[in-house]
Order: sequence, then C-alpha cells, then structure tokens
Amino acid sequence: MFDAVWGNLSYLMGGLWVTAKLAFFALTGGIFLGILVGLARISKRKWIYYPITIYVNFLRNIPLILVIFWFYFVMPIIIGRSIDPFPSAVVSFIVFEATYFGEIFRAGYQTISTDLVNASYSTGMTYFKTARYITVPIAFRRMLPSLITQSIVTFQDTSLAFVIGLPEFVRRASIVDNLEVASIQLFGFVGIVFFIICFIGSRISRHYEEKGRKANIL
Amino acid sequence: MGLAYKFDWSVLWRQPYGMWLLKGLGLTIVIGLSAWVIALSLGIVIGTLRVTQYRLVRFVSTTYVEVFRNIPLIVQLFFWYYAGPMLFGETLSREINHISGLNFYVAIIGLGLYTSSRIAEHMRAGFASIGRDQYQAVLSTGMTRVQMYRYVIIPYALRLIIPPITTEFLTIFKNTSVAMTIGVAELTFQSYQIDAETFHGLEATTGAMIIYLFLGLGVVKFMGLIESRVRIRGLVGR
Repeated sequence: MFDAVWGNLSYLMGGLWVTAKLAFFALTGGIFLGILVGLARISKRKWIYYPITIYVNFLRNIPLILVIFWFYFVMPIIIGRSIDPFPSAVVSFIVFEATYFGEIFRAGYQTISTDLVNASYSTGMTYFKTARYITVPIAFRRMLPSLITQSIVTFQDTSLAFVIGLPEFVRRASIVDNLEVASIQLFGFVGIVFFIICFIGSRISRHYEEKGRKANIL
Repeated sequence: MGLAYKFDWSVLWRQPYGMWLLKGLGLTIVIGLSAWVIALSLGIVIGTLRVTQYRLVRFVSTTYVEVFRNIPLIVQLFFWYYAGPMLFGETLSREINHISGLNFYVAIIGLGLYTSSRIAEHMRAGFASIGRDQYQAVLSTGMTRVQMYRYVIIPYALRLIIPPITTEFLTIFKNTSVAMTIGVAELTFQSYQIDAETFHGLEATTGAMIIYLFLGLGVVKFMGLIESRVRIRGLVGR
C-alpha cells in the first residue's frame, strides 16, 4: 500500500534528517538568543528595551515564509556571494523563533516575585546562590511546558524552508510525488511522521504541566 | 556590503508590480476572512463537543484536534490539494481537478480546518475557567444541556477567550502565506514573483512585511473594538 514510500524510503528519511538538523540549529540558536531577548524585554535600560521590543513585535506580526525569503535575499548582499538554502534557513529561524522564545523567557522571569528573592536573601543566600537554587530552577520549571510546545511549533515550522528549495522532508516527498504520482500515501506518510513526533512532544509537555500543577508552582 | 547591490524601491509602486502587491493583499484578506468563518464556527462546535458527557464524541473531537494541531499546515495543504481529489475516486477526482481556482478553495478550507482545531483548544480552556456553580445555576433554571451551552456557556466562554482568539485571528492572516506553496497568488507569492521578474526581492519582501504589519495593526484595532463592546463587566484586568 505504501509502495511509493518504501521504494524511496532512504531518500525520504534523508529529508527527515535535514529537517531534524535544521530544527536542532533553530532550537539551540533560537533558545539562546531568546534568553537574551527575554532579559532585554525586562531591562530598565531604555536603549536596550525599546529596540528589542520593536524587533520582537515586528517579527511576530510577519509570516515566517516572508522572513525566510527576506534572509535568502539579504544574506548574499551581506556576505558578498550566493548562499546555500540551509545556512540561510538556519539564520532566519534563529532570528524568528528567538522572538517567540524571548516572550516565554520574559514571562518566566516575571513570575518570580521579589518576596521570594527577599526571603532567600534573608536566609543568608548570596545573589548567585539565590539564582542557582531558587529563582532559576523555579522559573525553568514554570516555563518548561511552553518551551516544549514552542519547540514542537519550531519543528513543524522547519517545513516552510521548502520555499527556498531546501531538500527537507516535505520537499523530498513532493519531489518523489512528481515522479510517482502517489500523493495520498506520500503526504499521508509525511503527515503521520510529523504527527507521531509532535504528538509525543505535546504529551511530554502536558506531563510537565501536570507535574508543575501538582507541585503547586504553576 | 559585499556585492554592489543597487536598491530599487520603485518595484513597490511601479506598474505592474504595485498592482501585483495590491492584488496579493486582496487575496490574503479574502482567504484569511473566509478561512476565519470556517475556523470559528467549526472550532466552537468541536470545542464544545470536547466537553460533552459522551465518551465517543469526546474521543472523536479530541482526535480531530490532535491530528490538525500536530501536522504542519504546509503538509495539510499539500495533502488536500494533491491527494484530496483522489479520495473521491477516479472519475470524480478528474472533475474536481478541473475546477478553476481549486487551490484557492483548498487554501480556504485547509487553513479553516487547521485553525478550527486551535480555536477548539481555546474554547476548552474557556469552558474550564467557568465555575461549576455556573453550570448548576443554569441547569436549575430548567434549561436543557443544549440550551445551556447555546444560550449561556458558549457566549460566556467566547467573551472570556477574546485575547487568544485575537492572536488566532492575527495568525490566520500570517498563515495565508503558506497558500503560496500550492500556487495561490497572495501577498507573499506576489513579492516572490516580483523577485523573479526584477531580482529586487529584497525590496519587494520588505514592502510586503510592512503591508502585513499594517494588516496586523488593523486586526488588533478591530478586535479591540469588539472586546470593549462585549467585555464582561466586573472582571479584573480585562
């Protein structure tokens, strides 16, 4: 029944590997930049707060596909030669997803009350001990479900790199489909694979949400 | 700046390109609004079915939400566009493939179904935030369960979830851009098309970004008006 899939399985799975690599770079870069963006969004220094806030609000109102195109057009101008779709896609994902992760981190930072920090100081803990044992672990546990959810969204978003010709999972399926004309099984297969991965991810996210609720920290 | 790139911003208004962007914007708005009608009506129904007392109904509606949420929109559109007609059998599928503007309708339906699953999730959260005593109070007035949902609970939940619904409404216009992958000439498609003709994709996509930004501002303004109109008095922080 899935003969067009089995016949091209290694080619398709190679595409899934490209998707996984793109997701890995997008997530590592996006989360790292997101931590900084989140800090900037609670900064009291105006010259940090305003530019970053404009960057966040601007990108969150624009379709990701357009951002992918934009970087694909602007990168050759910056580096002075043509660029492969993969690095260009990585840069656009990091810049784009960091705005979403940044908002999650901002919300996480803001859930820490000054009472909690003061209570920790009153026991004689230093600033770094407070961060190490109290504020960072609590904020992290509160943010974890949203972080996992946004990671799933990012993973799904990588399929949009299709538009600049990156041979990732979806593009490879559509290349095979052009040759074999077996759309139901090919796109059905792609859908099932995405579903399994993302469904497991969403269960993990829900697990931590329940755990946090039971521990009364959410 | 490495390459000697000469900016030419006139692609944003020079004909025919200015008209292309304008037409693209028109299509983006039409697809977004049409898909929104599907998404909102279907989302409300499915969100309500998820909290009914019938186990089978709950299972089916929950599966619906999980399937549509966990598969990327682009894959869903490809499936409906390329595989969808085949699902109707050979003769009928040939008929369907002859419909002019098929991709346009597929985009609306696909985006509508995708977004409906997200609205259903928000509905569920809205129901959950309504206290048990509310339900009991309504039932004690002699309303049936259907009447309770129709006249009290659903309108109440909808007013509660206006902020996340606003986000979804914004997102649906951004997501119309995915329709370009099945060849719908909406705004993103047109800006890419300008690049193909003039090699000034940077200016064209920058222009399109600004247009999306204004579209988003319009949506926020509109939803703000709605929210202030239907606000539930006496609730804090709204």
